[in-house]
Amino acid sequence: MRIVVLVKQVPSTDVGLSFAPDHTVVRDGCPAGLNAADSCAVDQCLQIAVRRRDIQITAVTMGPPAAVGALRTALVLGADTAVHVRDEALHGSDALVTSRVLAAAVARLGFDLVLCGSSSADSGMSAVPAMVAERLGVPALCFADHLVVRERKVEIHRDDGCGDRRVFAAAPPVVVSVTERCGEPHYPRYESRLDARDKLISVWTLDTLGIEPAEVGLSGSASVVHSTTPRPGTRPAALAMGDPTSVAIRLADFLAERQFL
Amino acid sequence: MAEVLVLAGPGKTRATCALLTLARRIGTPAVALGGPPDAKTAAALGRFGATTIYSVTAPEMDRHPVAARVELLVHLAHRDPPAAILVASGRDGLEIAGRVAVRLDSGFLSDVIDVTAGPDGPVATQSVQGGAYLVESRVVRGIPILAVRTEQVTVVPAPSTPTADRAAPATPTVDPPTTPAVNRVTPATPPVDPPATPAVNRVTPATPPVDMPTTPPAPPATPAVNRALAATPVVDRVRMTFPESVRAVRLIARGPTRPRDLSTAAVIVAGGRGVGSPEGFGLVRRLAAALDGVAAGSHAAAEQGWCPREMRVDQVGTIVHPSLYLALGISGSLRHRTGMHGAGTIVAVDSDPDAPIFRLSDLGAVGDVHQVVPELLAEIERRRAHPVIGVDENEVTDEEE
Ligand SMILES: Cc1cc2nc3c(=O)[nH]c(=O)nc-3n(C[C@H](O)[C@H](O)[C@H](O)COP(=O)(O)OP(=O)(O)OC[C@H]3O[C@@H](n4cnc5c(N)ncnc54)[C@H](O)[C@@H]3O)c2cc1C
Ligand SMILES: Nc1ncnc2c1ncn2[C@@H]1O[C@H](COP(=O)(O)O)[C@@H](O)[C@H]1O
Repeated sequence: MRIVVLVKQVPSTDVGLSFAPDHTVVRDGCPAGLNAADSCAVDQCLQIAVRRRDIQITAVTMGPPAAVGALRTALVLGADTAVHVRDEALHGSDALVTSRVLAAAVARLGFDLVLCGSSSADSGMSAVPAMVAERLGVPALCFADHLVVRERKVEIHRDDGCGDRRVFAAAPPVVVSVTERCGEPHYPRYESRLDARDKLISVWTLDTLGIEPAEVGLSGSASVVHSTTPRPGTRPAALAMGDPTSVAIRLADFLAERQFL
Repeated sequence: MAEVLVLAGPGKTRATCALLTLARRIGTPAVALGGPPDAKTAAALGRFGATTIYSVTAPEMDRHPVAARVELLVHLAHRDPPAAILVASGRDGLEIAGRVAVRLDSGFLSDVIDVTAGPDGPVATQSVQGGAYLVESRVVRGIPILAVRTEQVTVVPAPSTPTADRAAPATPTVDPPTTPAVNRVTPATPPVDPPATPAVNRVTPATPPVDMPTTPPAPPATPAVNRALAATPVVDRVRMTFPESVRAVRLIARGPTRPRDLSTAAVIVAGGRGVGSPEGFGLVRRLAAALDGVAAGSHAAAEQGWCPREMRVDQVGTIVHPSLYLALGISGSLRHRTGMHGAGTIVAVDSDPDAPIFRLSDLGAVGDVHQVVPELLAEIERRRAHPVIGVDENEVTDEEE
């Protein structure tokens, strides 16, 4: 069984984002690491591998040179090989382009299962896994809190709040995105750390994937950013004030709107 | 004036009305609905500006809600390309929007909290990193697909006069970057007078934000946009066939969650020093039960012995990743924030408006836990007991749940 796991290098959460003049995230020279949900995705690959012998796990990232850090971490956590899609022209790619490039890389590798994080910590659109699935023409099982992979059936358990827990199933090949509730990644064994140094990281360019540079990056994206305006403080809360009754109603409205009631 | 397609979400009345509120600014709103609309639905959607309801009744809509809605939107967009497609954010909404964007090779903007009409099509304001940045962006290829955080949108019914849309801008409830980090915000309650709501609902102010916005007000709506507003929409029963692929994902089981473990809980209600006593901690447990969640405590609560140590959320206790984290009387020390900042939605109740937890929260309630929480429990009970609660998608009313 061939598993491809999509991993992204993201700026550290304690530093926060900053934007370059072209409105893209500054990714050079700032502390960064493997996206937390993606490390859970890698760990889920290993959980599957524990039960079977024929598993080949390939970690794939699309990102600038420093994004190789995400691949190194994935290899330490247990992926067998890695592919780094890297090309100057990709700078500033939107989700439509990102999904196209990632799907092309996955298709080139061949797959039975694609695992992703459910959301990245930087832009966090939570849409790339479904978009990759659409491009590959396979079903997507998104936001898995628990994953069960059988021979002919992949099953996810999803807790959507309000006490609503649902189990979805599809037959492979399939794309799955996992939340951090799947469990913290297991700490890698010492040998695994040593082994990781000898594992192969292939670098692929747009040429490798047969994609034209003009179709990606800032010029090939279907959306443009006009402005990015920082708002002081980190996650400034909307504050509800007033008498307890109106505050409680405001809370209930908010919880209902986000489907927790 | 081209149509703007709004996807009606199952059971998400207010969200659909929020989408319509934004859609009116950029074109003539039309609703895509999975299921048959009744007269009440049609009237309610009309009140928020829908001119047409495209309705598809098919078993696929219930059995494969995501895949079938993708087919529906793509089918409608091919028939007659709309000026934009608006979908409410949320797990299913994001998957639908992403797939439709790929199918139509169209730009997709997520976390949208406001939309205005620009010279080259809709301009969206996105809330990034939980509001730390406001980003203005635009789609330059295909049909703009916007996933809207509807809880940030103030719902406004369609005006009966052509200029009224200007008088009542449906500004999202965000604050300008020039104002202090933490601000008072107007409720997302629709400023309509819902006939069937308990009288108590009127307590919430229905005025638009006082400290007004960075987001420029909507440009004057053209008469063409407004001409058809607030009439009963035309129902267009769409016939379509679904490809076999819509049945690829099956719902094989559904049931109540039985949360056992803090680290895997979807909903966590946590209490801190502010709950004051073991009895006060009872409120934490009651609210957790009401929301089908797990109760937890801060370091301080565990130290005081109000909750067992296993329930402690922080750096050295349990690190949690729930969809909802509700903090009661927790100021939000660094060690506590480290344990819970990964939560999807953070709501805090604290008496100190300057509590650090509010800087991490999506909604902060300033007040005494002992007064606000009992009111909240009562309100939840009231909504559950109220017959309009749990409306199915066909039963669209202009009422807040
Ligand atoms: C602040 C901000 C806002 C943005 N808003 C938009 C927008 O509205 N519309 C738009 O089209 N683009 C937007 N972008 C660009 C978009 O985020 C990038 O194209 C990004 O690569 C994909 O989105 P994501 O990381 O949010 O994906 P998500 O859907 O949140 O990622 C989920 C998972 O997909 C996988 N994945 C995602 N990206 C990669 C990658 N590069 N390599 C390997 N695996 C990956 C990972 O497993 C990840 O956990 C935005 C970027 C920023 C910085
Ligand atoms: N040189 C590059 N090669 C490959 N991917 C890149 C490159 N620069 C940015 N990206 C990716 O493109 C997407 C958009 O990033 P950004 O350039 O920050 O907008 C992200 O997934 C980045 O990791």
